Amino acid sequence: MDLKEKLLSSFLVFENQLDSDDYFNNLRNNAIKIFEEKGFPSKKEEAWKYTSLNSVIKEDYTVFPKQENALEFNDVKKYFIHDIDSYKIVFIDGKYSSYLSETTHDGMDICLMSAAMSKPKYHIVIENYFNKVATKDSLPSLNTAFSTEGAYIHIPKNKMVAKPIQIIHFSTGNESAVMLQPRNLIVVDENSHVQIIERHQSLTDNAVLTNSVTEIFANKRAIVDYYKIQNDNLNASLIDNTFINQKQESVASVHTFAFGGKLIRNNLNFYQNGERIDSTLKGVTIIGEKQHVDHNTLVHHIEPNCESHQDYKGIFGENSTGVFNGKIIVNKEAQKTNAFQANNNILVSDKSTINTKPQLEIFADDVKCSHGCTIGQLDESAMFYMRSRGIPEKEAKALLMYAFSNTVMSSVKIPEIKQRITKIIANKLGVNMGFDL
Amino acid sequence: MSKYTEDDLREELKTKEYEYGFYTDIASDTFPIGLNEDIVRAISLKKGEPEWMTNWRLEAFKAWKEMTEPEWANVNYVKPDFQAISYYSAPNSKPKYDSLDEVDPELLATFAKLGISLDEQKKLTGVAMDVVVDSVSVATSFKKTLGEKGIIFCSISEAIKEHPELVKKYIGTIVPQRDNFYAALNSAVFSDGSFCYIPKGVRCPMELSTYFRINQAGTGQFERTLLIADEGSYVSYLEGCTAPSRDENQLHAAVVELIALDDAEIKYSTVQNWYPGNSEGKGGVYNFVTKRGLCEKNAKISWTQVETGSAVTWKYPSCVLKGDNSVGEFYSIAVTNNFQQADTGTKMVHLGKNTKSTIISKGISAGKSQNSYRGLVKISPNADNARNFSQCDSLLMGNECGAHTFPYIEAKNKTAKIEHEATTSKIGEDQIFYCNQRGIDTEKAIALIVNGFSKDVLNKLPMEFAVEAQKLLEISLEGSVG
Repeated sequence: MDLKEKLLSSFLVFENQLDSDDYFNNLRNNAIKIFEEKGFPSKKEEAWKYTSLNSVIKEDYTVFPKQENALEFNDVKKYFIHDIDSYKIVFIDGKYSSYLSETTHDGMDICLMSAAMSKPKYHIVIENYFNKVATKDSLPSLNTAFSTEGAYIHIPKNKMVAKPIQIIHFSTGNESAVMLQPRNLIVVDENSHVQIIERHQSLTDNAVLTNSVTEIFANKRAIVDYYKIQNDNLNASLIDNTFINQKQESVASVHTFAFGGKLIRNNLNFYQNGERIDSTLKGVTIIGEKQHVDHNTLVHHIEPNCESHQDYKGIFGENSTGVFNGKIIVNKEAQKTNAFQANNNILVSDKSTINTKPQLEIFADDVKCSHGCTIGQLDESAMFYMRSRGIPEKEAKALLMYAFSNTVMSSVKIPEIKQRITKIIANKLGVNMGFDL
Repeated sequence: MSKYTEDDLREELKTKEYEYGFYTDIASDTFPIGLNEDIVRAISLKKGEPEWMTNWRLEAFKAWKEMTEPEWANVNYVKPDFQAISYYSAPNSKPKYDSLDEVDPELLATFAKLGISLDEQKKLTGVAMDVVVDSVSVATSFKKTLGEKGIIFCSISEAIKEHPELVKKYIGTIVPQRDNFYAALNSAVFSDGSFCYIPKGVRCPMELSTYFRINQAGTGQFERTLLIADEGSYVSYLEGCTAPSRDENQLHAAVVELIALDDAEIKYSTVQNWYPGNSEGKGGVYNFVTKRGLCEKNAKISWTQVETGSAVTWKYPSCVLKGDNSVGEFYSIAVTNNFQQADTGTKMVHLGKNTKSTIISKGISAGKSQNSYRGLVKISPNADNARNFSQCDSLLMGNECGAHTFPYIEAKNKTAKIEHEATTSKIGEDQIFYCNQRGIDTEKAIALIVNGFSKDVLNKLPMEFAVEAQKLLEISLEGSVG
């Protein structure tokens, strides 16, 4: 039985177990219909031209992990940004772990999707925001159909969230391969500010497939900084669908650090529904060993006087494949738009591949839009300069690669994340970075 | 004096009819409409082709029947009904002429209107022209001079008869019969086209040129061009196209194959101003063209195109850089106005080592038109030290048009160096103001700025064409600034 059929039949069982209201039942039923119709995307679809899910969906996944697993904080401490005080929402195999988490209802809601879905006091927010910006494509729909758990964050007006929020999904999956479908909803009201760190981590050698959907609403003048750290093991695959709806004068940024996993697909979509909006999309990808990372971004400029900045850097080692598919759409009304997109790549190995497709669709005339993409190698003269000063080849290479990705790092606002990423990069490149940032 | 406003300009442009919209009344010899195996056979028979050619056409026809029209391009149009087209139309008086005096005077008048009077071209510019009016080449000039150098420049039907070994060896090598829907259609029913062979080490002393016109209403134009540059040779080839005003959409599905053997160089320039349809978007030519070149060792192919016409353009002149050290270039200006749609670009396939390619594409959209650049740069695993530079700039005039870029870049070799950049902008008010201040009226200023914008490409055109292309740019953009 293939995964699609399995999911469809599991849905029938799942639906019976739920005692949720009509609102969600309708949503779920409509969503599963879309998935049933469209199925998993194939390479024939333009947006999936360079990424095949075949190797991922052939596994026999458990859709509902039965066993409850507990983890000791010390065992998983290294996966947290533990040197700063933060709110934590932690899930183990899709189930909330109250032991590892630190949530709050004090003046804002940093809690669970399951609570938000069932308690009436959240109903109005859910009705206004849940599944409102996610597209009706097959994978987000699949997630909607099965959505039960995830992070629910609602920051009311004029609130500066003092510490960052960490959302971490662990999968222990000792008994078999497991498929997870977390669903996050983040609503940031007027003038509020929040920083979020998200991570998916597999602790098993069994295959893990995560199909995650995150909806973010940045209302008037809100500031949202989102960091995705993707450094998973070689059996874990991630399809991350993130949708950001911005209102006027809001500022949103998403930094994606993709270092690992078997296959990562980041669908990152920004919709600018208001004037004077600023959006930033940045990413660093450093992979090797048959890994595959696909960044698929969309920035839709709907209203005038907005800006967007995209900067994706990639370093591709042995047998790895990188894909960048960036799309900027500028509507006819969106005059005075400034949209920039850059994608720079270094191929380290002869067996690595990079496919990039920076795409512009522009319908307004008074705009400044540009995109650039390059594929190249490390500068030989820079290498020579360093080597002639006694820096060993490996270190010199690492320094250059680090410098190459530094334009992305420079806009990270939490220093501890910068340090952590620097460490991961050093680790990836097999050197000891002699400096901290 | 009342100011000549942009609105006036726009009004003038709207009412401006296609300047080359005239219809030459030459009795045509037209086939019944529709397409089936018999028609393919009949075309082949009519042209007195040998059996292998007839079979080749039939093979293509078989492949075509199984294919469907491509739908991935960013264009919207009413699909042509392939059974409602007449697949062969040749001017009736079609004996070959020894001198221009024998050519149907009405035909000569047509060319005079286009400003490409044969005599003038012959005398003043030294261009040898293979004139194609509705599929059959009528006059070939300078054949003698070329003949002395061993250069073969004739119509493809003549080549099939007189140089079958060359045609048989090369036709369909770079654009196979089943390459795509339109190429297959063309392979089955192509009526005529040009053939050119430059022998080893010969530098063609003059620019070769063909002028295409679609004349007969309801006839499709299926040109087939085959150009072979043998080792160490050089040729520059010009192609220009116009079609008279016609209300129904006319189909143009040409195939151009270029083969540059070791150390050879081919320069292929196109100026295309097929009828783009009127200001309501009615009529106009569908231009679905497959152009591809093959570069052997140290060879170079350079495509230059100025696209101002056609209602719908679907065209991707490509280079397959097979040999080591080969070079591919693509320079393009695509102008769309009113309801025109263009989806054009190039493919650079790097197979050999140290191969280089350059892509410069300038898109100008005005009115309600849509202009897309779609390109592919592919570096195969064996193409060490491949180098590509791409630049796509778009200029938008008014807020009802669109500019799109779809660049595909696939690199499978770590030594590859690829750069791609694209920008979108409009003509700055300050630029216009600067010109106005200096006594240059708005219309002239726009022409000046557009010319500057497209200079990189215009510079690549041979002299005679550059002048014509500049004029075309002005004509197609007059008053379209909003």
